[in-house]
Parts: sequence; C-alpha cells; structure tokens
Amino acid sequence: MTAIAASARPLPEPYVEDVVRAFVIATMFWGVAAFAAGVYIAFQLAFPALNLGLEWTTFGRLRPLHTSAAIFAFGGNALLGSSIYVVQRTCRARLFGGEATAWFLFFGYQLFILLAALGYVFGVTQSKEYAEPEWYVDLWLTLVWVVYLVAFGGTLIKREEPHIYVANWFYLAFIVTVAMLHIVNNLAVPVSFFGTKSYSLFSGVQDALTQWWYGHNAVGFFLTAGFLAMMYYFIPKQANRPVYSYRLSIVHFWSLIFLYIWAGPHHLHYTSLPDWAATLGMVFSIMLWMPSWGGMINGLMTLSGAWDKLRTDPGLRFSVTAVAFYGMATFEGPVMSIRQVNALSHYTDWTIGHVHSGALGWNAFITFGMLYYIVPVLWKRERLYSLKLVSLHFWIATLGILLYITAMWVSGIMQGLMWRAYDHLGFLQYSFVETVEAMHPFYVIRALGGVLFLTGALIMAYNLWRTARGDIRAESGAPGELKPVAAV
Amino acid sequence: MFIKHATIERNTILLGVLTLLTVAIGGLVEIVPLFTIQTTIERVEGMRPYSPLELTGRNIYIREGCYVCHSQQIRPLRDEVERYGHYSLAAESMYDHPFQWGSKRTGPDVARVGGKYSNEWHVAHLVDPRAVVPQSIMPSYAFLAQKPVDPTDIADHLKALSIVGVPYSDEMIAKARADLLTQADPNADTDGVLARYPKAAVGDFDGDPTKLTEMDALVAYLQMLGKLVEFDRTQPGGLRQ
Repeated sequence: MTAIAASARPLPEPYVEDVVRAFVIATMFWGVAAFAAGVYIAFQLAFPALNLGLEWTTFGRLRPLHTSAAIFAFGGNALLGSSIYVVQRTCRARLFGGEATAWFLFFGYQLFILLAALGYVFGVTQSKEYAEPEWYVDLWLTLVWVVYLVAFGGTLIKREEPHIYVANWFYLAFIVTVAMLHIVNNLAVPVSFFGTKSYSLFSGVQDALTQWWYGHNAVGFFLTAGFLAMMYYFIPKQANRPVYSYRLSIVHFWSLIFLYIWAGPHHLHYTSLPDWAATLGMVFSIMLWMPSWGGMINGLMTLSGAWDKLRTDPGLRFSVTAVAFYGMATFEGPVMSIRQVNALSHYTDWTIGHVHSGALGWNAFITFGMLYYIVPVLWKRERLYSLKLVSLHFWIATLGILLYITAMWVSGIMQGLMWRAYDHLGFLQYSFVETVEAMHPFYVIRALGGVLFLTGALIMAYNLWRTARGDIRAESGAPGELKPVAAV
Repeated sequence: MFIKHATIERNTILLGVLTLLTVAIGGLVEIVPLFTIQTTIERVEGMRPYSPLELTGRNIYIREGCYVCHSQQIRPLRDEVERYGHYSLAAESMYDHPFQWGSKRTGPDVARVGGKYSNEWHVAHLVDPRAVVPQSIMPSYAFLAQKPVDPTDIADHLKALSIVGVPYSDEMIAKARADLLTQADPNADTDGVLARYPKAAVGDFDGDPTKLTEMDALVAYLQMLGKLVEFDRTQPGGLRQ
C-alpha cells in the first residue's frame, strides 16, 4: 500500500545524497584503516618487536586507535550515513537543515575522528575505554551530536508519512542515548584551558560503574540499536519483504532499550563494586537475551518466502549472516555475565573473542550488506561490478572471523584455567609469564584471521570503487543468469 | 497496547522523550546509590592523595595505556589473592580520577606491585622487558629515561584534583613543585614529603640522580601501588560494604 501511495505523490524536494556518498566512502576508508590497525596490534602481541621501541607505536597507544577507528570511525560513519539515507526515504522528506547541515555533520565528525586519533598516538587520553578522547574533543563531539539530533529529529517532525518507521525508532534511541552516555561519562575538570589534560569528575568505584554503564551501552546503543536500525531498513529492502512482525518490533524496541542500560555492572563482577550492583547487572544481562533474540527472529523471519535470495544475492548473505552472528554474540554475552562464568572469562581473551564475534560478525557484516545495497543505488548503477567478488569477500571474511573467535576462545579459556590451576602440593601451578607464553600460537592464528578479514574488506573496496565508476564485470554463470533446470 | 503505540510512533517529541525516560532509569537506580550509601567505600586507615611525583607517574601510566594490558583490581578469588595479595578495596581507588581497574590481563595485575621488585628491576624491565623476562610481550619504554619531567604546572594538577574532591591541602598545593623535585632527589631532606605523603618511596629511581625523568616518576608510582591501606589497623567490620 505504501508503495502505491509513494508512486502517486510527487517528491516535494530531492533528498540530500551527496553527503551520504561521502559517508559511504568514509565508511570504507575507516573500515580498512581500523582492520589494518587491528591486524598490526594483533601481530604486536605475537611478536613484540613490532612495537618498534618508539613511543608512538606501542600497543598501549595503538589499541585505543584500533577500537576507536572500528567503533566510531567505521561504525559511526556507517550509522550517520545510513541514518541520513533512511530517514529521508522513510519520511519522504528532505533532511532537516539540508545540504549545509549534512556537510557540517560529515566534516565535523571526521574532525572528531582525526582529533581523537592524533591524541592517542601522542598520548592524549582519558584512559576510559571507548571514551578515551580528552575534554576538548568531547566538547566538539557534543556539538556535532546536537546538530545530528536536530537534523534527524527535524526530518522526523516534517515527515510526509503518517507513521515513524521502526528503523527510525532505533536510530533515534541511538542518538538520544549516546548523547546521555557521552555527556555523563565524560564529565571532567581540565587542568588548564590551554592544556589537553583533565581529571574525571568521578573517582574509583563510582567512576568504574559510570564508565561501564557508558561502555556497555556504547555496545548497546552505538553498536546494537543503531545497527538494528540498519537491519530493519536494509534487510526488508534486500529481501523485498515487509518486516516479519510489527508487534515484535514494538516489544523488541522498548524491552531492548529498557533492559540494556542496566547491564553495565556485569563488567565489574568480584571487583570493589558492591555485590548488589553487580548482581543487578547480571540479572538484567540474562533478561536481555530475550529482546535480543526477539530482534534476531524479527530480522531472520523477514526472509520468509525469500530464502532463495540468499543464493542469488551475496549482499543479502552478509546481512543475514550478520543477524545470525548477532544472535550468537547476544547468547554468549548473557552467559559471560553470569558471575561464576565471569570469574573465569574476565581479564582473558575470551572477552576479546566475544567482542569480535559481535564487531566483525554483526556490525561489520551488516555494514557490508548495507554498502553492497546502497552503492549501486547512490551512484545510480544497474548492479554491482562483480557478484563473484562479493561472494569471495563473504567466504574470506567468514573464515577470518572463525579463525579469530575460535583462537580467542581457546586462548581465553586456557589462560583462565591456567591462572587458577594448582599442583598436587597446593601451590599455584603456573607463573603468570608461563600463561603468556602459552598464548603465542593463538595470537598468531588470531592475527591471520585478521589478515583474512582485512583482505576481504580490500576486495569490497575495489568492487565498490569499480561499481561507482560504472563498470560491470562480465561474469559467466552469474546468479542472475541461472536458468531453471528440470528435475531429473 | 499496540493501538496506543500508534500515538507514540506518530509523535516525534513523544517518542524521543519516552525513549530518554526509558533509558535513564537503569543508570539512575544503579549509579546514584553508589554516591549515597556510606558503606560503598570501606572504612580503612592509611589512604592519602598521590604525591606530586606519584601523580606525575600515574599520568604517564595513563598516557602510555598501561591499563590496556594491566589491571589494578584483585578479585577475592583464592588464586588471585595468592598470586597478587589481599583483594582490592573500593577505598584504595577513592582518590583515582579516573579509576585504573582495567579489563584485561595481557600482563599481570599491578594493584599491589609496590615494593615487590627493586627500582633497578623496574628500570631494567621498562627499558627492555625481555632482558629480565625473556617470554614477555611488553613493549619497551626506554624513551621514558630520556624524557625530563616538567614541574611547572604540577600545582595546577593538584588544584584540578581538589576541585573534583581529592583532599589536597593548601600546603600540599603550595609545596607541590618542591615536593615533586625533592622526592626523587637522593640528597634532599625528604621529611616534609614523607610527612605530607606517608609511605612514599623516596630517592633516585632511574639510576641517574642528576636529572628528574619520566622513568623516575613512573617507578615512584609503581613502588607505592597497593601499599597505603594498613590492614593490621583495619577492623573486619570496616571492610563490609
């Protein structure tokens, strides 16, 4: 019905699209940069000589560079670009504030990334994980974010459609909640107006919980709610099917945003945080399993009657595999939030593996699916340059993730068990450094997994670049040319 | 219920406000009581603010991202207490802006590393970790020994910390610069520093008494970690949260 209505009414104004193309290019660029940085620091853990003995290239300074590049540069550009694309189409309205606002968002956000990245390399950091940028960068991001909220919310208000589409609920929750988290967690007093250093307003146990309330919900709202918005728009588009269940969307949305916020304290089991707070975090983390899987079901079941498209559309294959990884990571997360499991997993590589099954399997894959859909649309091309390269990317990247997460499961659980192992006389069996030595082969395997994932991203960048240029690769047996074969 | 939801999804402001209210609840319930419940911080003897030199070292620890691989939070588990010492107390990080509990142990916990190794060991280890621990994967921090500490704005750091609640006295702030230089000077009279900052490690740290380097500051910080609380003067009830 919507489609009929859409074709009947003319567009009032053209959509803002140049800037979405810029966001797409930035997403690809920062994606490759983030994966490359990750591969490099992964090799540093296997071969410490790669720290080079320089202050700017140590693991301690490059690790925040990698995490911020992945979350805020790659993920952030994907979210800003896709949200501007989606909100205009689902509201049938031009972006509030128009081209100028959109370009301010683009360059303002890239400036935030550059200021943060330069800071890390030169040792300017608050040391709060995923909130490392210092006070002056935080203030700049706050300004950019307010403009983002006004542009997005303004577009919703002037929409031509009667209802706000479900993807926009998730984008709005992402924008509003990240604003709240960012402001509270970064409250600090600068040492001087012209210096970079500041001191956090909170200390010790209160600072720790504020940080993990922020940190876990950076996952919950930046990496989950925002990317679920992508799922709710692009999977129905790719599958050419409506969202499986409207009611499930409503339940999914409100229960997810209500429960997620409570889960932060599960990062602080057995620490100096009072037990009541850690227990609350654990209970809500387990409850969170339900909305997470409700959302996964809503995404996967959208393919009802269109599963055959998985064979012919490798872009959709990325999106659907992403939702499957989302389901796996949101199952593993509640398990790891249980106090007794956490006693083993905390401080080990298991956490790193868990994060990457989410970041690579869910966030990156749903973004790849989005990019493979959006680039031919934005550059007005008939189709992608090569579907075979998409397929190749899919299998290389999937293999890379599997190497990565299995290596981290083994090394994490092994190290956790080695730390607590006792010999027959009742002494600790292993010195700490023996457990470090045991990690080596798994650090090498993990780094190789990263190399595969990076290779896949480079293939994607090439494919999308050729697509944007308007090239089409002649491919024999391309899925679109498959002819039905009579059953024998 | 689902019919009424149509009202929400037709009104941008309503949707935004309800979303903000929904996401605000969890944080309010979990974080606010940590500031109001008195027993969140244990009642123990011996905690004091960092000396200017220790604070400088701590800022280097933060700058280099040491927290990325080293935790400062010993859990009350049998193996951790045997490996690292008494489990960490909330009181021990009450003056930590920001906290440095960490989330990953690529290297060992350092919450109680103070006094476990000599200054010479720390310097040798920071300059070339594999010279003293062949299997180590830690980066080299030799450059710290070449970088002088700039003492000019240390009082501003203490002032900023006193704004966020660290009990630095006027005397501590006034003498911050002198204390910074004195603590690492093997020929200086350190009585004043030790009166203001009991249990501080004093003397030359980096093997070069002629200049004050970032190596001095970092080692001075590492050598006091976990040593402040006087467990023999603490009542069992005082540890109850």
